[in-house]
Amino acid sequence: MEITTLAFYFFAALTIGFAAVVVLSRNILHAAFSLLFTFFGIAGLYVLMQADFLAITQIMIYIGGILVLIIFGVMLTTHITGVDVKSGKTGKTQLALAATATILLAATMIYVLTTTSWKTAEAPELTSTAEIIGTGLLTHYLLAFEAASMLLLIAIVGAAFIARKKHA
Amino acid sequence: MEIGLTHYLVISVLLFTLGLFGVLSRKHAIMVLMGLELILNAANINFVAFAKYGGMNIEGHIAAVFVIILAAAEAAVALAILLNIYQHYHHVNIDEVDQLKE
Repeated sequence: MEITTLAFYFFAALTIGFAAVVVLSRNILHAAFSLLFTFFGIAGLYVLMQADFLAITQIMIYIGGILVLIIFGVMLTTHITGVDVKSGKTGKTQLALAATATILLAATMIYVLTTTSWKTAEAPELTSTAEIIGTGLLTHYLLAFEAASMLLLIAIVGAAFIARKKHA
Repeated sequence: MEIGLTHYLVISVLLFTLGLFGVLSRKHAIMVLMGLELILNAANINFVAFAKYGGMNIEGHIAAVFVIILAAAEAAVALAILLNIYQHYHHVNIDEVDQLKE
C-alpha cells in the first residue's frame, strides 16, 4: 500500500474517531480536547489534498484561536469541580429521533455520493498554493476580502461589548 | 483502491452528520457550538476536495478561507453571548433559556 493511502486512512480515522468522541462524550472538557485532534486530522487531510496554506490556516486559526476560545467558554460557563461540567441529559425520544434522522441522512448522502460518477480533472503539479491564494484575494476577491476584514473588526468590537460586565 | 474524490466526500458526510447529531441532541450550548464547528469543517473539506479534483481550482481554497474567517467571528460572538446568558441564568442549558428580556 502506498504511503499516501496509509496517511489518508490514518488522518480520516483520527478525524472521524475524535469527532465521534466530541459528539458522544458526556464530559464537555473531554469533548473540547477531542476537538483538537479532529482539527489536526482535518489539517492532515488538507495536506494530502495539496492545500498547504489552508492546513497552516486550519492549525493557526482553529486550534490556536477558536479552540482556545471554546475552552475559555467551557471554563467560564461551568463549575469545573461540580457535576455541572457534564452536559445535561437529553430526553430518550429526542436522542432516538436525532440518531435516526442523522443516520438516515448519512446513508442517503453516502449512497448518492458513491453512485454518482464524478467528472474529475487532472490537477497540475503545484509547489505552493499560498502565492496563488494571495494573488486571488487581492485581485478577484478584493471586495470580499475587505468585507471579511470589516466583519472581523465588527465581531471583535461586538463580542467585547456583549461580554463585558455591566455596572448598572 | 486509489484515494479519490469519493473518499474525501464520504469523510465530509460523516463529519457533517456527526456535527448535526451534536447540534440536535446536546443541551449544553458549548456542545452545540462544537457541533457547528464540525459542520463548518465538513463543508471546508468538500470545498478543498472539489478544488483538488477539479484541476486544482483555487476558488475552492478561497471559499474555505472565508468559511474559516466566518467561523472565527461566529465563535467569538457566540461565546460572548453565552457568557451573558451564564451571568443571568447561571447555566447555559439552551432548553431552559427561553426569555429575550430580563
